[in-house]
Amino acid sequence: MSNSDTSSSPAPAYDVKVVKQFAIMTVVWGIVGMLVGVIIAAELVWPDINMHLPWFHFGRLRPLHTNAVIFAFGGCALFASTYWVVQRTCQTPLVSSRLAAFTFWGWQAIIVAAAISLPLGYTTSKEYAELEWPIDIAIAIVWIAYAIVFFGTIMKRKSRHIYVANWFFGAFIITVAMLHIVNSLAVPVSMMKSYSVYSGAIDAMVQWWYGHNAVGFFLTAGFLGMMYYFVPKQADRPVYSYRLSIVHFWALISIYIWAGPHHLHYSALPDWTQSLGMVMSLILLAPSWGGMINGIMTLSGAWEKLRTDPTLRFLVVSLSFYGMSTFEGPMMAIKTVNSLSHDTDWTIGHVHSGALGWVAMISIGTMYHLIPVLYNRKQMFSVALVNLHFWMATIGTVLYIASMWVNGIAQGLMWRAFNADGTLTYSFVEALKASYPGYYIRLLGGFIFFSGMLVMAYNTWRTIESDKVREAAIQPQTA
Amino acid sequence: MSTFWSLWIIVIVVGSIGGCTWLLFATRKMKVTGEDVGETPTTGHIYDGIEEYDNPLPAWWFKMFIATVIFAVIYLILFPGLGNFGGLLGWTSTGKWQEEVDAAEAKYGVIYDQFAKMPIEELAGTPEALKMGRRLFANNCAVCHGSDGRGAYGFPNLSDDDWLYGGTPAKIVETITLGRAAAMPTWGSVIGEEGVNNVTNYVFSLSGRDHNEAAAKKGEKIFATYCTACHGPDGKGIQALGAPNLTDNIWLYGGSPELVKHTIRSGRNGVMPAQGDKLKASKIHLLAAYVYSLSQRPQ
Repeated sequence: MSNSDTSSSPAPAYDVKVVKQFAIMTVVWGIVGMLVGVIIAAELVWPDINMHLPWFHFGRLRPLHTNAVIFAFGGCALFASTYWVVQRTCQTPLVSSRLAAFTFWGWQAIIVAAAISLPLGYTTSKEYAELEWPIDIAIAIVWIAYAIVFFGTIMKRKSRHIYVANWFFGAFIITVAMLHIVNSLAVPVSMMKSYSVYSGAIDAMVQWWYGHNAVGFFLTAGFLGMMYYFVPKQADRPVYSYRLSIVHFWALISIYIWAGPHHLHYSALPDWTQSLGMVMSLILLAPSWGGMINGIMTLSGAWEKLRTDPTLRFLVVSLSFYGMSTFEGPMMAIKTVNSLSHDTDWTIGHVHSGALGWVAMISIGTMYHLIPVLYNRKQMFSVALVNLHFWMATIGTVLYIASMWVNGIAQGLMWRAFNADGTLTYSFVEALKASYPGYYIRLLGGFIFFSGMLVMAYNTWRTIESDKVREAAIQPQTA
Repeated sequence: MSTFWSLWIIVIVVGSIGGCTWLLFATRKMKVTGEDVGETPTTGHIYDGIEEYDNPLPAWWFKMFIATVIFAVIYLILFPGLGNFGGLLGWTSTGKWQEEVDAAEAKYGVIYDQFAKMPIEELAGTPEALKMGRRLFANNCAVCHGSDGRGAYGFPNLSDDDWLYGGTPAKIVETITLGRAAAMPTWGSVIGEEGVNNVTNYVFSLSGRDHNEAAAKKGEKIFATYCTACHGPDGKGIQALGAPNLTDNIWLYGGSPELVKHTIRSGRNGVMPAQGDKLKASKIHLLAAYVYSLSQRPQ
């Protein structure tokens, strides 16, 4: 094997600007997306606070929340980390700064278009793909530009091998392009209205092939790429097992793509499709856990760092939540379990143990590592505030998912309870009433998590500001 | 599904699971040679300061992976999954559904059959029947008509004596089984805004509400021309058509002047969905008894 270490040679001039832009917008969109989440959680407790304004209604704000946290917050975190990691691990600047800048401004424009069109009621009604066709085309164009920047940079790398983080980033970029384009195929009838080219059970299957792999490739593979760089970096330890990364990478990407039908258990989908969705979801457990093992075991020999480093704690706790939700997912994909959990709040709890516990926390940890590096600071302005944020995020996530577990199981059991005469014991409203305590706790948990993002924004702002102060102080000496 | 697609599915399923299993075993044996650093060998790659150990796959993880593959293979032999191959158990979701429906029918059918023989008037005085009827109502009707049957905006109150299509047991059964589709036409373009206002005043006069006498007078003529065909010359409605009584001061779509004008101007299309495909006759019988009992209670 060649020695691909080029760190002794002078570092090339990396493109830092686009990474900074995406990193800052990660914090901004995190706040926006989670604020909308808190609002809709409150609307579920007090429906009248929508003030009967159509654009402030749960049905319109919910897709805004999901799009904002997945594609705006998560998307910006992924852009920032891919652009950073691909340059650093390939020891070469981005292949085109201008194309990278185009992806930044293009992606921000798409987010703004989503934030306007969704509350106005423009929707394709496809979950996580609600945006109408002109915005879909814009997404495809920006995404292809992103792929060109990423793979172009990989092609001119200085190292012979490609680092494992980039395998995951590459799989994420290619697959998301495929999923987005295939699922969004539609016949436009006007500027903001189109009909899907698919219908019936095929439409449902294509939708959940997309929907589940948005989870699998956007929210899992992409963030595993992030994990494979920032966990060893922050822990300053080698990655635990190279061969584990090989087997879990290939198994993950080849099996994940099959798992979509578990969203359509007991539906009009053919039986064979449902079975395959279930067994593939179960096989997915081990490949998913491969990433968790590789991340957490990277800390072996450095566990004591967790005591003093809240950024590392963010990264490691995110891996624990990742392990938990990738265990929960295959279990919920088993048809017998699914017959209880389907359509209940359990699903929402599962999604948020992944979204808050894994995706948000690994992104936050990554940003706490990346922001000081980008702005030439030794660390964040206040490590104590990072620690405070860590506890807010953890407590918020636990409150959220625990309340939804309780609600989900209660709903599932109440919906299927029978009287001796064969009639249902509870009406729907009774199960809803029983869910109220959970809705309050969910709102509280979400609010705490959201507030943590405000702490992060303040800390980020002070980190960047104090950097300027430091430079100003140094300049007279160097002059 | 054609043989080609069936084979296609089998090949890619077996290929995916088999490929992963092969990779698992191949990687287990693989030895990545590199410079030995300390006790654990590394691959020798260094990326931006990050090295990689070459630790073996954790044994428990390896076994867990194999266990899920074995489960998958057994499951796909027993259940549908591999294209047209239906599995050795011959399981289908429709078969499973039928099985559960048959079991429920065997268990609960007798209870319903016993009540199905009794006339609805009698059931309305039978507490056990009403209890079942109320539960059926809570799960099938309450979403629109309210858990107490008192209705809501656009959904009729079932606990009063005002019946759109008739309140006899036979009519209630008919309404539940076949559903209803009401059609109040739009009159705005026919009689104009002034006409709408005049008819509203006349309709208010029918139920003794405050109204403008002159406008009501003009409205009466319009009413006689356009409205009596359904609502009758006296405005008391015609149940055969589902046309409401306009003289009882009960307003399905709201009784404010604005809402009544809106009803006249733009029409209404109330829909009661048919339950006949969803609920069997003996259940509808019990439901009808419960609904009938609501209007028989002393108000």
